[in-house]
Amino acid sequence: MNQWKNFTKGLIKENPILVLVLGTCPTLAVTTSAVNGLGMGLATTFVLVMSNIFISLLKNLISDNIRIPAYIVIIAAFVTIIDLVMQAYLPDIHESLGIFIPLIVVNCIVLGRAEAFANKNNVLSSTVDGLGMGLGFALALTVMGSIREILGSLSIFGYKFAEGDGILIFVLAPGAFIVFGFLMAIAQKLIKKK
Amino acid sequence: MIIVLGLITAIMGVLLGYVYNVTKDPIAAVQKEKINKAIQEVVPGFDSLSESYRVAALNDPDSLTFFDCYKNGEWMGTAVETFDKNGFSGLIKIMVGFNTNGDIIKTATLKHSETPGLGEKMDNKKSDFSAQFSGKNPDTFKLTVKKDGGEVDAITAATISSRAYCRSLDRAYQAFKAQKGGVQ
Repeated sequence: MNQWKNFTKGLIKENPILVLVLGTCPTLAVTTSAVNGLGMGLATTFVLVMSNIFISLLKNLISDNIRIPAYIVIIAAFVTIIDLVMQAYLPDIHESLGIFIPLIVVNCIVLGRAEAFANKNNVLSSTVDGLGMGLGFALALTVMGSIREILGSLSIFGYKFAEGDGILIFVLAPGAFIVFGFLMAIAQKLIKKK
Repeated sequence: MIIVLGLITAIMGVLLGYVYNVTKDPIAAVQKEKINKAIQEVVPGFDSLSESYRVAALNDPDSLTFFDCYKNGEWMGTAVETFDKNGFSGLIKIMVGFNTNGDIIKTATLKHSETPGLGEKMDNKKSDFSAQFSGKNPDTFKLTVKKDGGEVDAITAATISSRAYCRSLDRAYQAFKAQKGGVQ
């Protein structure tokens, strides 16, 4: 398979959030600011890439009957690793993401890619797939976080560009749904054009 | 099958153990640093610190952590790590400094999960909400929001967060008074 195509499919055509609509719980919850979205996206990318690599390496060893527990063990281990590392070196982002870092374990994207891609393809393709999907996830989250931060708090990446309060609803849960809906529509439009 | 699963678990266990060992010290350092910074913020100008000790909260099973601050060997104030469990999104943790008279020197937010843009303003980096407590004595300054008949200006559209903040300060003050026997 063409690796470039393999990589870019995660960005728009099969974007995990906007097209596959997987892993929306953290998406709606953490995208209150651009930094949060980016942090969450990159943490998930790390887990996706590492678990894809391991699972594609071990795909011949793991029999079908035990594949789900085996995947979960692998995924959970990497989530704990990124959790500890962020706690140690990026305490501020870790704090604002809070419970959603450990919850990457149950994020459908990670298990979905393990099941749908990594256990059928070789290590290189799986790495590229994990990277593409992860960055697609990070991109969607960062864009969503930016829009909500701009409209809701009148700032971008923590830098305030105007005085006063923004449109508060965009910081709250309903705003997340509104932005999410519009982004999905835009993604559909982009795909249709091609 | 069992062997494979056991093997995977064992490998991941070793990996986790390794990462845990590497990150253990930085994590502890970050947390200690944060507490120390907060103490310095709420009780400025001390030169030595007592060992922390726990004091029972009056109306909660949990206890508060006290740090006595000394200057030239004399007690000059106490930093109290206090909390309230009923913020808009659960637990909030606040560090508050009292001088020897029981006046609030300053407050700093240690941990909260309040709504960004609203309750988040309790953090003194985000708004000057917490500045209104500085220099006030809770005996004369009623620690409830104006809506409830107190003297605290609540954060706009975040009354629940403001109430939690006031409750946590009041909890700290009650424990402080009980511990230090009123004022000196």
